[in-house]
This record gives sequence, structure tokens and C-alpha cells, in this order.
Amino acid sequence: MSTTEVDPATTNSPEAAMASRARFAALVQRQGAFAIFVLVMVVASFSFDSFLSRGNLTGIAVQASFLAMLALGMTFVIMTGGIDLSVGSVFALGGVLAAWGSQHGTLVAFALPLGVCGFIGLVQGLVIARGGLPPFIVTLAGLLFARGLLLLLTDEGAKTYKVPAGSAFRKLAQNDLLGIPYPVLLVVLFFAIGALVLHRTSYGASVLAIGGQEDAAELMGLPVARTKVLTYVASALLAGFGGIMIASYTSSGVTILGVGLELEAIAAVVLGGTLLTGGAGTILGSLIGVLLLQVIKNVINQVGSLDSDWQAVVSGTILLGVVTLQRWLTRAERT
Amino acid sequence: MTATTTTTPARGTGDPVLETVGVTKTFGGVHALRGVDFQLAPGEIHALVGENGAGKSTLIKVLTGVYTPDAGEVRYAGETRHFRGPSDAQDVGISTIYQEVNLVPLLSVARNIFLGREPRNRFGLIDVRSMNQQARELMRELTIDLDVTKELGRLGLGAQQMVALARAMSVESRVVIMDEPTSSLEAKEVTTLFTVARRLRDRGVGLVFVSHRLDELWELCDRVTILRDGRWVHTGSLAEMSRLELVSSMLGRDVEEVASEGATEFGESHRRGEEPAMVVSGIEVRNRLHGIDLTVRPGEVVGLAGLLGSGRSETVKAIYGAMHTDGGEVTVSGKKVRPNSVRGALRAGIALLSEDRKAEGIIPDLSVRDNIALAVLPRMSRGGVVSESKIDALVETFMRRLQIKASSPQQKVRELSGGNQQKVLIARWLCTEPTVFLLDEPTRGIDVGAKSEVQALIDELAQQGLAVVLISSEMDELVEGADRIVVLHDGSARSELDSSNLSSSELLRALAGDRAGDDTTDSATDSATDSATDSATPSEGEAS
Repeated sequence: MSTTEVDPATTNSPEAAMASRARFAALVQRQGAFAIFVLVMVVASFSFDSFLSRGNLTGIAVQASFLAMLALGMTFVIMTGGIDLSVGSVFALGGVLAAWGSQHGTLVAFALPLGVCGFIGLVQGLVIARGGLPPFIVTLAGLLFARGLLLLLTDEGAKTYKVPAGSAFRKLAQNDLLGIPYPVLLVVLFFAIGALVLHRTSYGASVLAIGGQEDAAELMGLPVARTKVLTYVASALLAGFGGIMIASYTSSGVTILGVGLELEAIAAVVLGGTLLTGGAGTILGSLIGVLLLQVIKNVINQVGSLDSDWQAVVSGTILLGVVTLQRWLTRAERT
Repeated sequence: MTATTTTTPARGTGDPVLETVGVTKTFGGVHALRGVDFQLAPGEIHALVGENGAGKSTLIKVLTGVYTPDAGEVRYAGETRHFRGPSDAQDVGISTIYQEVNLVPLLSVARNIFLGREPRNRFGLIDVRSMNQQARELMRELTIDLDVTKELGRLGLGAQQMVALARAMSVESRVVIMDEPTSSLEAKEVTTLFTVARRLRDRGVGLVFVSHRLDELWELCDRVTILRDGRWVHTGSLAEMSRLELVSSMLGRDVEEVASEGATEFGESHRRGEEPAMVVSGIEVRNRLHGIDLTVRPGEVVGLAGLLGSGRSETVKAIYGAMHTDGGEVTVSGKKVRPNSVRGALRAGIALLSEDRKAEGIIPDLSVRDNIALAVLPRMSRGGVVSESKIDALVETFMRRLQIKASSPQQKVRELSGGNQQKVLIARWLCTEPTVFLLDEPTRGIDVGAKSEVQALIDELAQQGLAVVLISSEMDELVEGADRIVVLHDGSARSELDSSNLSSSELLRALAGDRAGDDTTDSATDSATDSATDSATPSEGEAS
């Protein structure tokens, strides 16, 4: 049987050069954050003796685990081409509800925050997917709503609910398995599931298709609205679960947490190589993005003379650098 | 024309796999389709042709479930169907391939083929290996050599169309609708696409093919259905039809029909200056325009004719700097115009009245005065301060000169008739004192009275020495209004008519792309050919 010739973009030499540049672009896109992460780790381990100590590394991992939960949900949201600004507030609300709920038993400490946060996600998802409103506005409303609800529950933040001493709920974030704290194990587990869902389920395929070309996904008969709703629900649930973890970790419902955390989550996802326009990215990349942000914080803390406000300055600069590079490379790739 | 009966071709027999019966669709009182009957047989490639507004895309949207018909019905495999959306049509086996590939560029080829129907393993997870394997087999079956794990966006457009076809095959479609699939493809990619399309046909799939490239119809299609003004005009075998017949049927003009003289307000030919006002040479736009040359002298109206998709609007947009060009140059009064810059074109004295005055020109909520003044604000202001009285004077002059019917200069433009809106726009451009005026369909969508006023105005402007390029889909307007007509074909200027052979029938032949010695005219069209042989054939002025 004769084979029909098809021209992929790699037949003649200038196009072949473009293809190799495209491969390089894809590599930077996917591994750029990882390269910077490794670089920062190496520099830090030479600069500070205590950096590679078990205690410090465990600390970084645990600190990162809360943001990681938000970033996981955010990865899916951004891959559909959306954004979820509500997760910082939902995270804090989840924490307060978990701390309050723990006074009525461990089951309540889980069920109450997940129920409330899941509901917020459901409403946001329905308004975005069925109502066709822009995610930015809808989740901004969600941010204000969740934060307001939290302030109402805590007398404008004056009241802090404590997790009762001896409650089994404390074990969630305070115990460890073979020296690895539970939150870190949970993050690994959740990210593994996340990767499986994205790459090996039809839901994941829909997520990528919607972010890549929503009209096309619609015309191919994919369940666009349902996928979006599910994604916002998952994002809110993960944020709520992050809140549950932090309530367990701090043994209380801290009301001032989570302000601006949604932006850190977005930063981590973008650093990890997920395109803000949706359609492409990896789950592992987001995890590396989270770790990179956390390591930068840790390093700046170790430099005693530096004000901790430098954390944000450095993170912001790196984010801008990575995004500019991404943009430049994808443009090189697509022309 | 006479050949409006359905013939019995070799292909296209058998019970139709997809048909419409008396389908009517209106939008806001305007009929897009009126009782259209269309039949697609299994194992045929059926061309669907018509000019702008003929109803092609509406019919396709009815067939693919995007629109629900107001009256009439869609039948698939003999059964009446009520599609509620594109996925309904897809589920029964109607796939559509659009001009712009509707796949997901960031996903792999295999992913795109199986999106929504991925093979699963026993855990219910997507079985990537088996998916890739099946995709490879499908590609082999279509004899397309392609790495199925490659990201779709990295493939050429032609290859992407191939993937869309493969997807259509994998859902075992019995109908594939191809809506202008070739418009952005290279010649080689078109060949491959056709090979695959024929292979599908040979497997008994019915294909609908829409293209503005007439050559492709005869190359690929078995039968043709022609629509005009939302009505069915003709269905028949392409082999038995000449290009001239097809085009005259599309345009609704008979070759033998003599143009009704005086149907327009255009007067006799104009006095022309000798030095060209504008010289356009070798304008290139990738995949759209191929080396367009055009010369306009002061006081001359040059018509730009061509069928839909021939590149008329693109040509004037490229001249005006509003469409990116890949080569060629424009000079006005001997001076080179900065390419790809609207500001450069404006400064050189080029004005463009665009085809779509609603989207690209008029600001409905501003007054007549403000709409006219927009163009001159930069010129009339001194240090940022605008002289109100000067503007008033200018606006008044133009309103009188163009006979703009408005209660006052303060009246909002939205309240004016289409013809007067068009005059406001023309006035705006005249304020810039252009040397060359490009008019893209200046009389479309305005009533008859206003039409003749606009035509008279164009005439008058030319007599005053303006160089005019006139695009029109109306043959009378071109034949009577222009001193010369350049006929575009697939983005190149194929022929030119001047005073020696400027007539409707010559224009029709030129539009059809008939050439002297061309064998596409067979015995069936002899009578039509005879009537036109007394005048020179358009190929004389042909630009190769």
C-alpha cells in the first residue's frame, strides 16, 4: 500500500531548525522551574550549613504542603483556561470550620468544611459553566463571600476556635509515617491521583481539550459544562482540605491565614509550566513550582540580615522571568 | 439557464444518506434559506456552491445541528431527525471539518482522534498504548504517514485537516461535511486531502464539499448543488457542466442575457490623467494574494471583480496596510508608501471605505458631524485644540455636496438610512483629501434610491480627478461604473477588461475563468459560447 506524504512541520531544513527550537522551548516550558529549583537548592546547600538538615527540609516540605493542595486544584482550573481566586479564602474558611467542627468530633471536622467548601465550588462552577460568566469575576465574588463568612463566624476574627487537646483530629497533620509527616504523604498521594486523573481519564482529557480549544471541545461533543463544574468543585474541595490540614497542624482555626494565598497558588502553577491560557501543563510541574516558592522563602529566612518581605520581591521577579521566557519561547514555537 | 433538472450521474445514485426537504430558516425576518431541498447520496462527493448570502453556511449549520430549521426537515438515512446541537448530529454519524481546524492543538494526534471516546483498560483508565495503536492503524488505513504521538499544533494545517478526517472516520461517520477545508492549505496539502476524501468516498461515505476554488470542484466532486439568495437553483453532475454555466447559475445571470443599459446611475467613461495616481505591484499575502498588480490613474474608476474568496477585499486591505503583506509595493503619485501601515497609507492619500460599515466605520451613537469630523481631527487641531467653527464649516460643505439627508448635523448617525450612513462615511474619507479612494462594496445593503445616489457620487468624484478602485458583486455596477475591470481569481489578477471588451457577458466569462481554447466548455454550452465569440475573449488581457 502506498503511503501518502503528509507534511509535518519538519520536512525541509529551516523548518527542522524550528522544530529543534520548539523541542528546546518545550523542555524549558516543562523543566524550567525544575532547573531553577535545583540551582537554588545547590546554592542554598553550599551557603547554609543547616539547609540540608533533616529538620529544615522536613519543615520546607510541611510548609509547602498546604499551598500544594491549593495549587493542585488551581492546576486543573487553569488548564481549563479558567482561574480560581477564591481558594485562599476558602482555605481559611475550611480551617476555621475544621477547628470548630473538631469540638464535635473528628468526622464533623472533616465533613463540615468539605461540605461548605464543596458547595461554594459548586455554585461558582455552575455560574461559570452554565451562566457563562467570567471565572475571574465569579471567583472574586467567591473570595469575598468566603472571607466574609469566615469573619462572621469568628466575630470579625476575634474568636479563635481551638482543636481540643487529645483530639484524634490533631494526628492528621502532626503525626508522621517513617519520619515523613502526614501532610507531605497526603500531598504525594493527592498529586499522584491528580496526575492519573489528568492523563488517564476522560475527565482529564476534557480538561485539556477545553483549555486548548473550548469551541472545538464543544463541537466534538465533550461535556464542557460538566467538566468545568467538576473542576471548580475539586478546586474548592482541595482548598478546604488544605484548610483542614492547617487546622490540624496549628490545632486551631487561624482566621488571618490564606490572604493572597490564591495568588501564590497561581504563581506556583504558572512557574510549573502550565499555560495561563490553558490546555497544557503538568501536575508535577505545579508541585515543583510550590517547592520553589517555599525554598526561596526558606533561603531568605536563613539570610538573617534580609527582611522577610524580600521573599515576595524575589518570588515576583522569578515569576516574571519564567513567564516572559515561556511567552517568548511559545511564540518562537508557534510561528 | 436550462439545465436545472437533476441528471443521473454515475455516482450519487442510491437512497440519500442525508437530505433536507423544504428547509426554511429566517433570521430577524430575513430569509437565509427558503424551502431548500438537498440530497447527499452515499459514496459521492457533493459540491455545495453559492455566492455571499446564498445560504451555504446556513444550510451546513442546519445539516450539522447548529441551527434548527423554521420549516422543513432534515432526514438522515431516511429518518426525520431533530438535532439539538452539533453533538447530536455527530452521534448519528455526521462529522464536520471546518475551515479552521476544530481540534485541540496542544494535544497529541491520537488524543485528538479519540477525544471523548478513548479506549479504556480494565481499571477504566485511558489505555494510552492501545489508543496510540488504534490511531496508528487508522492512519495506515488512510495511508497517512504521521507520528500519532506528536502534538497536533506542531503539524502543518494540511496534516491537521487529515487528522480531522481520521477522527471523522474513527467515529464511523457516514457523512462528512467539509466547509472550505482547502482555503488555507498549500497545493500539496490539498492533493493529500483529496486523496483521503476520495478514499472515504470509495468506502461509501457521503461527503459535502464547500470551496470557492472552482478548479477543485471538478477535480474532486461528482455532483453539485447551487444555491442563490437562499434558494435551491440547481443540482446535477459536474462532468456535464461547464464553468461558465456554473458561474452564471451562481450569479443568476444568463450569458445570453443582455445587460440592461442604464440600470445604474453611472455615466460615460471618465477623462483620465496620464500619470498613474497609484501603482500597486506584486502584492503578496501568504496563501491569499499572489503578486497583484494594479494601476489607477487620476479620474479613473478601476473595478475589482472576482467570486467570493478570490481576494478582492484582501487586495484593498493590503493596499491600505490593514492586512499584513509578504511582499510587493504601493506607490502613490510616484512616492513609495510605507508597507503594512495604515497610517502610512493614510498619509500617502489612500482611503478605504470598508465592506462592513457597521463593524469598521460608523459610530452609530455619535452625530453626523462628529462622525465626519473623526477623520480630520488630527489635521484640524492645532496643539490639541480643535477649531469648532472650522469643523462646522467643513461638515456643512460635505453634507451639502453629498446631499446627506439628516435633520441637522447633530442628528445621530444610527437614525439615518443605510444610504445616508454610507455617505457620511464617504464624507469622512473625503475630508482627508485622498488621492486614491478604495471602495469595497459601497452600495451593498442600501436601498435602490440611495444606491443610485452613491453611484452618481462615485462618478462625480472620479470626474473631479480622484482615482477610484471599486469592488462590487453586482455586475452592472462594475460594467457601467468602471473604466476598466481587473478580474481576480484565487488571489491573482487573471484578466482585465477595458473599454474594448467591457460587457456583462465578458465579465461573466472572466469570472468563470474560461480561457480561449479551454476544453471545459463542451457541446452543451456551445450556444452560450457562440453568443460571446464575436467580442474578444478575456484571455487577451490576461496577466499570467
